[in-house]
Amino acid sequence: MNIQESTRFAIQGVTANKVRSALTTLGILIGVAAVIILVAVGTGSSKAVADSISKLGSNVLTVSSTSTSAGGGRAGAGGPGGSGGFAALFGGGSATTTDSGTKSRSPQLTMEDARALTDKTTAPDIEGVAPVVSAQSVTATYQGASHSVGTFTGTTAAYLLINNDSIATGSAFTDADYNDHARVAVVGTTVAKDLAGGDGTSIVGKTVAFNGKEFTVVGILGSKGSQGPQDQDDVVLAPATAVQDTLSGYGSISQIKVKAASADTTSAAQTQVETVLDGRHGTTSSDRDFSVFNQAQILSAASSSNATFTVLLGAVAAISLLVGGIGVMNIMLVTVTERTREIGIRKAIGAGKGDIVSQFLLEAVILSLFGAIVGVAVGLIGAHFTIVGVQPVVAPYSVILAFGVALATGLFFGLYPANRAAKLRPIDALRYE
Amino acid sequence: MATTKPVIDLARVTKTYGEGETAVHAVAGVDLVVERGDYVAVMGASGSGKSTLMNIIGCLDEPTRGRYLLDGVDVRRRQEATLSRIRNRKIGFIFQSFNLIPRTSALRNVELPLAYAGVKPGERRARALAALDKVGLADRTDHEPSQLSGGQQQRVAVARAIVTEPVLLLADEPTGALDSHSTADVLDLFDELSAAGRTIVVITHEVEVAHRAKRILRMRDGLIVADDRTVPVHELPPAFRVKAAAS
Ligand SMILES: Nc1ncnc2c1ncn2[C@@H]1O[C@H](COP(=O)(O)OP(=O)(O)OP(=O)(O)O)[C@@H](O)[C@H]1O
Ligand SMILES: [Mg+2]
Repeated sequence: MNIQESTRFAIQGVTANKVRSALTTLGILIGVAAVIILVAVGTGSSKAVADSISKLGSNVLTVSSTSTSAGGGRAGAGGPGGSGGFAALFGGGSATTTDSGTKSRSPQLTMEDARALTDKTTAPDIEGVAPVVSAQSVTATYQGASHSVGTFTGTTAAYLLINNDSIATGSAFTDADYNDHARVAVVGTTVAKDLAGGDGTSIVGKTVAFNGKEFTVVGILGSKGSQGPQDQDDVVLAPATAVQDTLSGYGSISQIKVKAASADTTSAAQTQVETVLDGRHGTTSSDRDFSVFNQAQILSAASSSNATFTVLLGAVAAISLLVGGIGVMNIMLVTVTERTREIGIRKAIGAGKGDIVSQFLLEAVILSLFGAIVGVAVGLIGAHFTIVGVQPVVAPYSVILAFGVALATGLFFGLYPANRAAKLRPIDALRYE
Repeated sequence: MATTKPVIDLARVTKTYGEGETAVHAVAGVDLVVERGDYVAVMGASGSGKSTLMNIIGCLDEPTRGRYLLDGVDVRRRQEATLSRIRNRKIGFIFQSFNLIPRTSALRNVELPLAYAGVKPGERRARALAALDKVGLADRTDHEPSQLSGGQQQRVAVARAIVTEPVLLLADEPTGALDSHSTADVLDLFDELSAAGRTIVVITHEVEVAHRAKRILRMRDGLIVADDRTVPVHELPPAFRVKAAAS
């Protein structure tokens, strides 16, 4: 009795009940495909985040306020859209709002902070500075169409340079627009298409109302695609002065984007930012109410949170693989019970324990192997589609892992039923009805 | 020939199920010697221990007590692996309910004992085809059990039993589930096998079946109570003698 013989018996066993074998296989198939696809989604979203962050260049610094004394939970890098909404609550008017019950100094980042950083004598390594003022829940309306804007940012012309934004149609707003408080805006392609229809280019030169405040669209940004669930083309950029006039009020600003002259001078620029702002805020490194991140730090924070995300996705998928394995065991136990008499016959005419074990173990392995192969195929095909805005990137380790685990599952969960079959005494098995 | 060791040699063999007051002595102390070439029928009322005795003779079950030499080899307290090898090499089973492997062709069913014996595929196939030819089913080799009549299934079972050329054919009520026509087919086969020198032990309730054997044992309450020989061991079975006398 050799392995070929056992394999033939096992294949006979598997094909004897095709529907049942197919359903059992499906359990493994779904598990393997889920592991591959979900890990690919996790990897894909990590890659997208890393790509978009590294696109900014390594010489970009982000200054955010961390109001230590107010304790408002606004610490960390934070995307655009932190303090603008809070500042708006104060109704605007003063550039230096003070949180009640805190030290009587400006606890927030202000336009003056941003302006101070442009001073070449105190901050020689800084090439560009752009304040970021965020307006929350902005709805754009244009000729009856309306669109809820994802990110509405008030800034300066330097922002486009720092952020590596390009203009696809029309032009950007200028420093003159900033100084004139000109109500002009540059919109992302999503916003343009949503409002004007078609490719959206017809919106250039038209007036769009943002929460009722009218801005003239002067240009459309080049498309950047999605980063995870966040559509990077669902943005509107306008001069910060005009945004403060109309939408956000004159409170603190959410962030200041700073560009160092080169990648080599980034840390020097970071020190200069800290020195200038410490001087203005009267703080030291121990009680600083702002923080400066470079892209590497943001990248590592983002990738570590993405790694957690990937592990979680993988764990969920692994559970479905385990469930598939239990399905194999279940069916193998049913098979062994159903075929008790057959086992008795085989033993009576000379099958040894090993023959029976290998036959049923192989049956379990064939079920899971088939499920794993089709599962890998489904997983690889499935990973070609964009899932919740993420282009999955198949991680080779996940394919090998899923395949291996599926096989091991078949072996592990097949072992018990196979042993049970082999342990049957021929006399009892033959008597079984 | 008289010097060859007997195929079956049982001495004071017992089989007891349960313990104490509820103990059932299914086989209560049997001495039995069956010479090579004999054709033995075992009769007896239901529950008299015939199947239990056959299971012991067929190495499917261990006797509680007593000695058993199969073809001169003591088979008590053997490892399971050894026992399955002994069954494979020395014994061919024929059951009342045929016991073919379902959804498996007649040919594959007959090949099975050879597969477990490690015979190479080519030789295995040739021998299985020869065995099927012997039972008159050369044209049914690809049929699965469900596509065969009861009599044909039992003939496949006979082919499977003889394909390994075992020293002993053991049949437990082989005609119990067959009509008279199929019964005749199977019994004719047994006659031929006996005439060819095979050792056969048949358990049966039917007198007509028993009368085809050379020797009839009767069991009651786990004991052999009668042992009648109608034909000497090395002569042709009774059916052949009738035919010979008629011609
Ligand atoms: N596994 C078992 N456990 C307990 N008792 C058993 C077992 N197998 C058989 N017996 C008992 O042993 C006795 C003999 O049984 P056996 O099957 O040998 O009878 P039999 O002569 O073959 O009967 P039949 O002609 O009906 O087939 C019966 O009383 C039966 O109840
Ligand atoms: Mg019986």
